[in-house]
Amino acid sequence: MSKKTKTAFITADILKSSLIGSITKLNPIYMIKNPVMFVVEAGFVVTLLLCFFPNLFGGDGNNNLTAYNAIVSAILLITLLFANFAEAVAEGRGKAQAESLKKTQKDMQARILRADGSENIINANALKKGDIVLVRAGELIPNDGEVIDGVASVDESAITGESAPVLKESGGDFSSVTGGTTVASDWLKIRITSNPGESFLDKMIALVEGASRKKTPNEIALNTLLVSLTIIFLIVVVTLYPMAVYSGVHLPISTLIALTVCLIPTTIGGLLSAIGIAGMDRVARFNVIALSGKAVEVCGDVDTMILDKTGTITYGNRMAAEFIPVRGVDAGELVRYAMMSSVEDDTPEGKSVIELGEKLNGTSVEKVQGMEFIPFTAQTRMSGVDLPDGTQIRKGASDAIQNYVKEKGGSLPEDLEHHVNQVAEKGGTPLVVSVDNRILGVIYLKDTIKAGLVERFARLRAIGIKTIMCTGDNPLTAATIAQEAGVDSFIAQCKPEDKIRAIKAEQANGKIVAMTGDGTNDAPALAQANVGIAMNSGTQAAKEAANMVDLDSDPTKMLDVVEIGKQLLITRGSLTTFSIANDIAKYFAIIPAMFMVVIPQLQVLNVMGLATPLSAILSALIFNAVIIPCLIPLAMRGVTYKPMRAEKMLARNMLIYGLGGVIAPFVGIKLIDLIIAPMLAAMGM
Amino acid sequence: MLEILLFLAVFIVVIFPTGKYLYHIATEQRTFADPVFDRLDNVIYRICGIDDEGMSWKRYAVALVATNAAMVFIGYLILRIQFIPWFNPNGIGSMEASLSFNTIISFMTNTNLQHYSGESGLSYLSQMLVIIYMMFTSAATGGAVVMAFVRGLSGTCRNMGNFYRDLVRNTTRVLLPLAIVVGLVLVSQGCPQNFSANVTVQTIEGKYQDIAMGPIASLVSIKHLGTNGGGFLGANSTTPLENPNVFTSMLEMLSMMLLPGAFVVMFGLMVRDRRRQKAEKEGRKEGIVLGSEAKPVFAVMFAIFLIGLAACYTSELAGNPRLEQVGLNQDMGSMEGKEVRFGIAQSATFTTVTTSFTTGTVNNMHDTLTPIGGMVPLINMMLNFVFGGEGVGLVNMLIYVILTVFVCGLMVGRTPEYLAKKIEGREMKLAALCIIIHPLLILGFSALAVAVPDGLAGITNPGPHGLTQVLYEYASSAANNGSGFEGLADNSLFWNVTAGLAMFFGRYLSIVIALAISSSLMLKQPVSESIGTLRTDTRTFTVSLFMVVVIIAALTFFPALVLGPLTEHMILWG
Repeated sequence: MSKKTKTAFITADILKSSLIGSITKLNPIYMIKNPVMFVVEAGFVVTLLLCFFPNLFGGDGNNNLTAYNAIVSAILLITLLFANFAEAVAEGRGKAQAESLKKTQKDMQARILRADGSENIINANALKKGDIVLVRAGELIPNDGEVIDGVASVDESAITGESAPVLKESGGDFSSVTGGTTVASDWLKIRITSNPGESFLDKMIALVEGASRKKTPNEIALNTLLVSLTIIFLIVVVTLYPMAVYSGVHLPISTLIALTVCLIPTTIGGLLSAIGIAGMDRVARFNVIALSGKAVEVCGDVDTMILDKTGTITYGNRMAAEFIPVRGVDAGELVRYAMMSSVEDDTPEGKSVIELGEKLNGTSVEKVQGMEFIPFTAQTRMSGVDLPDGTQIRKGASDAIQNYVKEKGGSLPEDLEHHVNQVAEKGGTPLVVSVDNRILGVIYLKDTIKAGLVERFARLRAIGIKTIMCTGDNPLTAATIAQEAGVDSFIAQCKPEDKIRAIKAEQANGKIVAMTGDGTNDAPALAQANVGIAMNSGTQAAKEAANMVDLDSDPTKMLDVVEIGKQLLITRGSLTTFSIANDIAKYFAIIPAMFMVVIPQLQVLNVMGLATPLSAILSALIFNAVIIPCLIPLAMRGVTYKPMRAEKMLARNMLIYGLGGVIAPFVGIKLIDLIIAPMLAAMGM
Repeated sequence: MLEILLFLAVFIVVIFPTGKYLYHIATEQRTFADPVFDRLDNVIYRICGIDDEGMSWKRYAVALVATNAAMVFIGYLILRIQFIPWFNPNGIGSMEASLSFNTIISFMTNTNLQHYSGESGLSYLSQMLVIIYMMFTSAATGGAVVMAFVRGLSGTCRNMGNFYRDLVRNTTRVLLPLAIVVGLVLVSQGCPQNFSANVTVQTIEGKYQDIAMGPIASLVSIKHLGTNGGGFLGANSTTPLENPNVFTSMLEMLSMMLLPGAFVVMFGLMVRDRRRQKAEKEGRKEGIVLGSEAKPVFAVMFAIFLIGLAACYTSELAGNPRLEQVGLNQDMGSMEGKEVRFGIAQSATFTTVTTSFTTGTVNNMHDTLTPIGGMVPLINMMLNFVFGGEGVGLVNMLIYVILTVFVCGLMVGRTPEYLAKKIEGREMKLAALCIIIHPLLILGFSALAVAVPDGLAGITNPGPHGLTQVLYEYASSAANNGSGFEGLADNSLFWNVTAGLAMFFGRYLSIVIALAISSSLMLKQPVSESIGTLRTDTRTFTVSLFMVVVIIAALTFFPALVLGPLTEHMILWG
């Protein structure tokens, strides 16, 4: 299944760039995009000014507040740096990847093959769509393209991080190559499929750098909530001042700023963008490139998954396991014609027919000069060859061949139905072989379900996701596989239009649909689906229509991506809850501290028994700052996600982050108070 | 104690049939009383040219505001010219301009904050044509709003309904019949209902006293049914003329609780219900009492109500330690400012009811409640959704439900949805605005009042109690409650205008925004539900909702409450 590349949480390089980033991000023009932290920055500026001009706001003649102002402004600065650091770390992990990609792209050379057969070395940037290049072992593939000739192993580690080289050859599933990867052995002739600046590599660099990162709809909504909470608390603090004056308390400006900063949701405000970036990064670590943050978020909402049987649920390379002749046909004849029909068929099925045939008959079939190969299409659902003498050999889906033979005036053998059904019942795919209007027999293609999939579908069912399997197989085969794998329903004899129809039907019921696809045929369905994941090995059209591209071309990864999407949303919700719940303890620290001097009875509210009013306020403020870096790992990693019913999950997360968020700061603030109270006393404050 | 429990049991029993009736009114289904009301309503529709065309939220809001504005204009004129000798046996003069502004806004917004005393400030003509009339229309407006709002959420409508029809139907089919019945019962218990001039009698002490007369019973009945709360007389339902005995006190409480409670039931019946959906799938018919979606809403409202009631009751029962020290027996509890015929239980219940249901009528003096006893009504009004005023209380609560859904929805790993509709940026923006307005009005005006000389001039008690009075005044205005803590010298330009503005914005901004949210959700494509969807009718969600409303409200008002009632409490007991 999916390979998770384990990377250290933070490297020296990332640390360095993040430290620089956390300072450059203090720029107010940048900061204003995050209103919660902007309020903190404004508070920092005001307290900093108060350090130098204590009577800036009229003042109350109390000049010994300088040290206090200085401490408050220092803590606010640290709070800002922590928040910026969180974002910078998240970006840094992507940036490091982008840097190495950019290095690859720079000075890339290409050996272009002209129409007259001459070779030229040109700069890769000059390559246009449709150019043909030759890449030899050890050279970089200059741009995205399709293999038209040659077989070679390609090292894709620059993009996928996977070090084992993959085989690339013309035709079939393995013909698409990505710019920036290296040919490890042999050579390839490649037709370039994208213009400079539009290649997959370019898109990826832009994405991981965060240049094209836009706020997702849910982030915008959550941001609205955070901004309104900030406004509410600003109202609370601003109105508290005159009420305090009325009650005989003149509060220092720094204390009011400290209260504001403690109350506004700085924890989630500081971590929100880091969570989003980390979510995309986590998807990337699964070797899936999300073309927008929104796509990852939508994954969490997926209700229905449309999965191709082949490649997703089963291993896909269905192997010929048996030749079953109909009554009156010699087994050897069936094998010979079956092999002949497959001689130019480079699908795995076709190749396996040849292999099995060679094993059984002990001979190989040569290409006949002038024979014409009829490739498989989703419409005809058969393939074969037309020999120069007019003989038409076909193999394909049972009903397709039956119709074909009937059209040609042939009759159907009585036992055909029986053989076909038997293969189908075994979960195999029957391919019927015909010569002109005569049916010879059935090829039994064996198909096996991928390991671990049954459990995964059970997991999906536990979180309410419906799975629909699409297959070109007949209903009997489809039903067997569907039952074995545990998918909820299936569409047999599925044509590309059927997929779109199924997606639209689900969407009409208000469902969010995800699907994977690779072929050009899939492009419209990928575009129609709410989440479309294209395989990297797939066609360019499919990749463009999708909103995610899976670099490993492993369709089962859709399941992981959905879980990451959910995890992203849960992390956001949990940290928001935590952040708001924190405020209770902060109130109990700061409110008595503010008024105890004038209203000593308020000591009752000092439930934590904090040493002095000053240490109480500073402890709350310090807690507010240090909780941000403490939660960075959680924001990066995401909250642990186990599939379970929504109510259970809510109860669990409410308990951990809601109740935990109420209790944690009581403990934290008390601890900080124990540490700083003696220090403050030593300083004479 | 037992009387309170029995009383609450009666409340729970009566809201179910009433809620079902309201559900039929809101969805225009047949009721037993149709033969009478259809004729009446059709006459009104014909005269006013009202059709039954559905409205968009904008048209609905415009119709609502325009209708209310027209009523304000007429009412203001009547107050200014009430010196004319029509229905004016006591020869009352015209009302001053800023007071008229305050009064008219106060009654149109269902607040009924009174900076005047009815017996000396209003003629019978004004009492009937302005006060009683507005008590009906403002309550019917609230009813129309909640019906339109819930229609939007129900997922079965494509428009908000027709405001004029809603207004008429709420008046004729709900408020009028109930008011007539309650009014007659009040008359039977001794409430005056006449047009006579005040009577001067010699009391048993040998002194002379003016006994107020007038159409009192008809005002008192709608005052409670419509959660209005403005008394015919200055002393409101503490006087025997408005509230003769314990029975009428209970009846008046029940009247104000009936419709806000029943609207929750109506909500449950109008929106989807899990059991009904399941039954329909199986081809059965399932009679539901309290819809599944209404359960968390009702549970949270009722829980906060009970907590408040318990706090108020125990605090009043504990009495005043300072008075104890000077030798005044406090065994009966703190009886200062309370009617002996009602005692602590009836007074504490009435206080909690009148503020949680934001009516604003009083049967005791709130100014003399113990600090904690006085904090309960204050918090009820700051929350403004513990059942709340006619209609709008439920709307406020549902805004908090949307907020809770947003946070909780994320925590189950889906983008949030409520009643099969996605909650996105636009809804969050509007809901947040709705939630900001209330603290802004209360805290903002309170801060202003304690900062400027005009405001400070009205504060008669220095110290924390004075601050509580100020907070109470604006909480009462913004929540459209209307009860006065009293003790403020509040009939001045400053207080009339600021309280008027708080009432106006507190009412109309939240109504208009709520309609916009509902319409925005209504027009969305419904999303499907699975076991991965956050269910909003479970116990977990109920607890979450409780936590969200308590934390958000507590966090917002806690500092002000510390400086006001909590400080006073600690000084008193410390």
